[in-house]
Amino acid sequence: MSDLPATSAVAAPAEDEAKELAVRGRQEPREISARADLVLRIAVPTFVLLLTVLAWQLYVVFAEVPAYILPSPVAVATALWTDWGTLYPALLVTLKITFTALILALAGGVALAVLLVQSRWIELALYPYAVIMQVTPIVAIAPLLLVYVSSTQTALLICAFIVAFFPILSNMVQGLKSVDHNLLNLFDLYGASRMQTLWLLKLPAALPYFMAGLKIGGGLALIAAVVAEFAAGSAGAGSGLAFRLLESQYRLNIPRLFAALILLSVTGVAIFGLTSLISWLSLRRWHESALKREN
Amino acid sequence: MSSAAVAERPAASTRQRPVVSARNVSKRFSNGTLALSDMTLDIMPGEFVSLLGPSGCGKSTALRIIASLGEATTGTIDWPTSRIDSRGKPASSIGFVFQEPTLMPWRTVFGNVYLPLRLKGQSKSASRERIMAALETVGLGDFAKAYPRELSGGMKMRVSIARALVTEPAILLMDEPFGALDEITRQKLNDDVLRLWHEAGLTVVFVTHSVYEAAYLSSRIIVMGSRPGRVVTDMPIDSPWPRDEGFRSSEDYAALSRKVSDALQHAIHQTGEAA
Ligand SMILES: Nc1ncnc2c1ncn2[C@@H]1O[C@H](COP(=O)(O)OP(=O)(O)OP(=O)(O)O)[C@@H](O)[C@H]1O
Ligand SMILES: [Mg+2]
Repeated sequence: MSDLPATSAVAAPAEDEAKELAVRGRQEPREISARADLVLRIAVPTFVLLLTVLAWQLYVVFAEVPAYILPSPVAVATALWTDWGTLYPALLVTLKITFTALILALAGGVALAVLLVQSRWIELALYPYAVIMQVTPIVAIAPLLLVYVSSTQTALLICAFIVAFFPILSNMVQGLKSVDHNLLNLFDLYGASRMQTLWLLKLPAALPYFMAGLKIGGGLALIAAVVAEFAAGSAGAGSGLAFRLLESQYRLNIPRLFAALILLSVTGVAIFGLTSLISWLSLRRWHESALKREN
Repeated sequence: MSSAAVAERPAASTRQRPVVSARNVSKRFSNGTLALSDMTLDIMPGEFVSLLGPSGCGKSTALRIIASLGEATTGTIDWPTSRIDSRGKPASSIGFVFQEPTLMPWRTVFGNVYLPLRLKGQSKSASRERIMAALETVGLGDFAKAYPRELSGGMKMRVSIARALVTEPAILLMDEPFGALDEITRQKLNDDVLRLWHEAGLTVVFVTHSVYEAAYLSSRIIVMGSRPGRVVTDMPIDSPWPRDEGFRSSEDYAALSRKVSDALQHAIHQTGEAA
């Protein structure tokens, strides 16, 4: 973020409040509150962020905190700029692992969920293993995977996949099972085939659950990609953001560590935003979660 | 509409074979509840039959068994005039209106009404006319593109009726379709159903626990008792057609309602003694 919106954003709330009071008498109250709400929702967090960064900068400068303990925001920004050459490829690696794992988990989770709800036998046979896979901490599997799989990248991918897979699977199973019984009866009554019931009823009805799984899975895939890389990094291989983070720590290059951290958190926010957007776009026409409450 | 034309219908039906015929049907749920005991019932073509009874007496259970949505524990359901398809269900379609509208929220009104035809493999373009006709019949022609959440309770119910009508079913089964609606909407929909029944020559089985609704609509009322659910009284209603606002305020209707109410009280009282 540059300095320009900073000043205006700091001034915005007070200014807007005054404007709002002035026009309240003339405009529709609903319109005002909608606009004021939007302004507030952007202005308040931005304001808090800027205030925090400012306080951080001032603290570091005035308390003369050494950069290897807590670098100033300016130092972090400088590190981000100068080390972009090492950080950017690492970011790409982490992104690639995260998204590949997420896509595989989506495909696998949905496919297995559909399979599981087809028959009680399949569910009885397979579901416990899905749970075991989930509850085993992946950090514990990572070293083993590194032994079995020749490429570190693949091992990281498998870890991230396992972690993202389960929330998608369990949400999807839940969704496929929560179809309105009367609608199922209706499909039955009109002689719908299994395929028709799946395609026209169960999958659309499970969409909100799928979206919840996607949001959770997206966040977890990134976390797993990072955690697994910590394990892999300690084995001496890897070049994702997590490895750069560890490396910076060994070298006491704390500004670069912070820069890597910021990249990770921006990635996380971007994934959250993206999955929320996808969810909103696909549900906005009909699902309660995406609808504005008008009465 | 001349009442002479309407009066013909019950007379004609007596010569015909029943649309559906239940023989000694019982239903015991897995938890041991005997929901229906030894029900024998013939529904004749063109009849408007109401199943009337206290809550929990097995009306829904009976209707669902007729629609083969649940297996009878003993007894048989027979469709003497329909071909039976490979799945053991009557080929001539059944229209079912549930107690709730039961619409797919992710489909428009049009898409919801299209569903039965789509499941039968008919293309959208070939079905368009029939869907729009069904929507016009329930007065929702302008709402084809709306989503269910944009409709009122009564409108959703009418979509549900349009969906049941779009296959031009031989028999329309309705399970307390207007139970959740206000009195005015309910009366309007009652009139609509009566008009449809009349114009389309439908056979209707209508579940209700309202004496007045049953008395207003039916050509025959089956009064049921509970514990176990069973048929207590089978009363033909020979009040004249057409039935409209005039009928609703007539002495005839008041007397009929009283008679039906007494029959229902009797059924409930009997149950009380048995329990
Ligand atoms: N799935 C079920 N399992 C066990 N018992 C059931 C089940 N469904 C219904 N029953 C029982 O069967 C009896 C009849 O139920 P049913 O739903 O047919 O009543 P109803 O006449 O439609 O009542 P209402 O007017 O309240 O809808 C009730 O006593 C109920 O408890
Ligand atoms: Mg019922």
